[in-house]
Amino acid sequence: MSSQLPILQVIIPLISAPLCLIISRPKLVWLFTLIASTISFIISIILIHQVMQSGTIIYSLGDWEAPIGIEYRIDYLNAYLLLIVTGISSIILLSAHTSITAELSHNKYVLFYVLFLLCLSGMLGIIATGDAFNVFVFLEIASLSSYSLIALGKDRRALTAALRYLLVGTLGATFILIGIGLMYMMTGTLNMHDLSERLPNLSESRTLIIAFSFFTVGVCLKLALFPLHWWLPNAYAYAPSVVSAFLAATATKVAIYILLRFIFTVFGIEFSFSILPLQKILLALGLVGILTASTIAIYQNNVKQLFAYSSISQIAYIILALGMNNSTGLVAALLHLFNHALMKGALFLALSAVMYRVGSTQLTDFSGLGKSMPWTMAAIVIGGLSLIGIPLTVGFISKWYMLIASLENNLWPVTVLILLGSILTGIYVWRIVETAYFTTNKTGLNHIKEAPFSLLLPTWLLILANLYFGINPRFTITITKLTAQSLGAMP
Amino acid sequence: MNILESFNYWVVMILMMSGLYILIAHGNLVKKIIGLTIFQTSVYIFYISMANISGATAPIIYKNIEGDNILYSNPLPHVLILTAIVVGISTMALALALVIRIKQSYGTIEEDEIHAKEQQQ
Amino acid sequence: MIPWDNEVSLQLTILMPLIATLAIRLATNIPNIRESITLVTSICLVVIIINLFHNYTKEVNVEVIWLEIMPGLTMSFSIEPLGLLFVLMASFLWLITNVYTIGYMRKSQEQHQTRFYQYFALTMACVMGIAFADNLFTLYIFYELLTLSTYPLVAHAGDDNAKSNARTYLSILLFTSIMFFLFAIIGTWLVSGSLYFTPGGLFHQTLSPSASVKPIISILLLFFIFGIGKAAIFPFHRWLPAAMIAPTPVSALLHAVAVVKGGVFTILKVCIYIFGTESINNLPATQALLYLAGVSVFFASLIAMYQDNLKKRLAYSTISQLGYITIGALLANSSSIIGAVMHMVIHAFGKITLFFCAGAILIMTKKTLISEMRGIGRQMPITMAAFFIASLSIIGLPPTAGIWSKWFLLHGTIQAEQWLLMGILSISSLMNVFYLLPISISAFYSQSHHNHINSTSLEAPLPVLIAICICASACVILFLFPQPLYLLASAIISTTS
Repeated sequence: MSSQLPILQVIIPLISAPLCLIISRPKLVWLFTLIASTISFIISIILIHQVMQSGTIIYSLGDWEAPIGIEYRIDYLNAYLLLIVTGISSIILLSAHTSITAELSHNKYVLFYVLFLLCLSGMLGIIATGDAFNVFVFLEIASLSSYSLIALGKDRRALTAALRYLLVGTLGATFILIGIGLMYMMTGTLNMHDLSERLPNLSESRTLIIAFSFFTVGVCLKLALFPLHWWLPNAYAYAPSVVSAFLAATATKVAIYILLRFIFTVFGIEFSFSILPLQKILLALGLVGILTASTIAIYQNNVKQLFAYSSISQIAYIILALGMNNSTGLVAALLHLFNHALMKGALFLALSAVMYRVGSTQLTDFSGLGKSMPWTMAAIVIGGLSLIGIPLTVGFISKWYMLIASLENNLWPVTVLILLGSILTGIYVWRIVETAYFTTNKTGLNHIKEAPFSLLLPTWLLILANLYFGINPRFTITITKLTAQSLGAMP
Repeated sequence: MNILESFNYWVVMILMMSGLYILIAHGNLVKKIIGLTIFQTSVYIFYISMANISGATAPIIYKNIEGDNILYSNPLPHVLILTAIVVGISTMALALALVIRIKQSYGTIEEDEIHAKEQQQ
Repeated sequence: MIPWDNEVSLQLTILMPLIATLAIRLATNIPNIRESITLVTSICLVVIIINLFHNYTKEVNVEVIWLEIMPGLTMSFSIEPLGLLFVLMASFLWLITNVYTIGYMRKSQEQHQTRFYQYFALTMACVMGIAFADNLFTLYIFYELLTLSTYPLVAHAGDDNAKSNARTYLSILLFTSIMFFLFAIIGTWLVSGSLYFTPGGLFHQTLSPSASVKPIISILLLFFIFGIGKAAIFPFHRWLPAAMIAPTPVSALLHAVAVVKGGVFTILKVCIYIFGTESINNLPATQALLYLAGVSVFFASLIAMYQDNLKKRLAYSTISQLGYITIGALLANSSSIIGAVMHMVIHAFGKITLFFCAGAILIMTKKTLISEMRGIGRQMPITMAAFFIASLSIIGLPPTAGIWSKWFLLHGTIQAEQWLLMGILSISSLMNVFYLLPISISAFYSQSHHNHINSTSLEAPLPVLIAICICASACVILFLFPQPLYLLASAIISTTS
């Protein structure tokens, strides 16, 4: 049984999805989905344990050996990402039932869980697989279901946002397909491990550079790297709150995983950073992304949109840390992957609580919420502090590593700009805090009560995780350092 | 390099660029989807042409022909692209479904008109 | 005197105000309980700290570690003379301010009093954390918390004006602390591999005094001085006048004592325990920063002369006096450090008296402008007499304590042969005479614009008066018995060498 875990991880949500349709009673479906996701979570914990004990796990699908069959490979990076995605999805699902009753029409409840599970299994598949084409297939499974999830939003703008995301996402996926095709053309293999052995011999080839470019641009469209980000704000803003929380916390992380895997393992650091000027490109895009997206976020009047822009800037932080091209930078990027998932998950869940009680996430509707929804707003404050990078929150840990990485490279202007980014973050977080705590509600909506327990529990689970891993980051730092080593960065 | 020798790439490129152009330039959502489909199709052709080996036959084994000397074209890209076509079809179906919903709630499928209505909101 | 050991006392100093914060929250709308909690907490705090002071010896190291985030990056506390002096002053003045506040708030019938007391206690917890921090990281956490927890106090009035001023306050302090202070801390970590306050100076102990590290350390010094925005060095001083929008007890305790002194305390700590008094003199940046502080001293005094709003004038005066302390820290010879440390305490007593008086005038007569205060001494003789004594102390004239600290500071400039700075300090003291003394003199001797003011007594409520008198007499007592203060201040010098 335990040798089958890598595939069970993907298969369990995939099979559970159609089963939901059979069960068809919303509350039972919710429980069922929650259980499926939790089982995946438990499996991912076992997997990370196995990887730490005995190294990389190799699993051949259907017992077909690697060059012919598809191979699943779980090393530190995979296990780490699996843990993040399943953990966040399980916590977010806790709130799903309450949240969607307020935001979806009755006949769509079951559909929501089907799509959610498909999306989850798509993401897990991307992470677990060791086959380049398989990545594309799972990517499309995850994407198609997330387009539909976004389109479930009540506001009609959700439809246009979903369609726009679909057009851009398909464009990106097709770019990735072209990149994979070119790689296959040159090496005759789709297995990532084989690719990583054969590609270095071809590093002079222009085709390889083109393959790399197509692939990277495709992935950057998916992860909403500035300036390829315009699909994201509306998609997150008008999707149902649970979906925003789930996608913001996991979808972009998975895209970053693809980028990491291909830059570091498949193409190799040598090719990516020495032959191509990737370092400069990533640094430049990262910096511009951080500053621009944070500045735009300051001027948003819809808090969901505000946090969507904030996501874009936080992704740019990860890209920037990758661009440092030293092991501290890589550790910082990996840490921020985890930490940002915690922060954004918590923040969007808190917003779903606001949506549940107030029915809107316009900034003006936040006035006086500090009094009427103290727990929810406290969660937003702590999550916001974590975004800024105040000590004792997870945000500080990743910022600390980023700053040290930049100074190790003697890139002190970058250090200054990272700090400036923190200040911009401080400004947009402060706008919310000020509205919630220091303005009184003029519209007389005094009947607003604190959000129900089922929404507060997952929010606070994530907030406590924010604090716990900010105070005691030993686990995350150990695992990210091991991951960085396994990716071949200098120790 | 002989232009004719690599004419399959030219075809792929021309199709890809026209698809991309339609996707970007047209405001009508259905036309956008058509552009996207053309764009995807060009990639299918790219994969299939890549599998071709000059002088090779289709990769089907007959019992009465000796298998050693016959040159087969590579079947793997064909299989891959079958999957990609399935994905493409579902994408198109979803996109068209979304367009129908957009038409129902906005009363139009022209991008600028939708934008104007969103601004009013 | 207290049955538990010093480690427990040390943690209690931080925890007690925190617990008080929660307790006050629970006692919402029951003013008597709420205020007794505040009073009892502050009395206990003073007792504990005096006990710590008694037990303090150089030999026994009192250290508490709360958290270890990364190896070498801990949240930990320890006791050393400078911090001890700071908390002695802050806790005593908190007690006095509490007495004053109760009278003030009841008289002026402010809104949101619970929130007020709550955050007041919270800020004290932060001050205790700053004072006992064992390393830069811990200090930084409490420094930022202090900024955040004072925001509700500054924005207390809740109108747009208060909020925009509070925003200025917050943005300047956060900007400097994130852009410069945090940067400097990370630089320190990279250069020396540690953030601990080390007797004799972290850089002095860990780095060889080669020429190659000097530019880096110079830059770090620059970033530290700018980053500690609470010390209000030009050009990052504007938050202090902006914060005057707060109720007077806040201005008195926080923006004349706790927050600003937290700032100069941090500068002193950094100069003495991170750079070390010996290495700071050899840095090229020091000279430039000294002149910058001089500019700060001089121009703040100049601006103060033209302010008609009493609280604004006092605010600019504070900026100027903070410059004195920064100069003392940067000169880094024995006299100047002793002078700076003593000035930190003595100025606190003087300035808090002045603010108390300003508050008393405000609640009794609703007057905020100096030009309206002529002849007010006849209605409020005790208040204005205290104002006079405190003015003398700020100026540095006997029979008040101000003379001792200014004496040592001037001696420090002479020792370092900084004649220009000596001139600036003297001229600035002269300017103090011009902008402080006329207020109390005209209050007693000149006729009011409005002759109809009758001379019936308008003295403030008893708690307010008691607070004013205690602080004013402290200025005199410290003149007569400066010995304990001097001994503690020189203990700082002796631990470093």
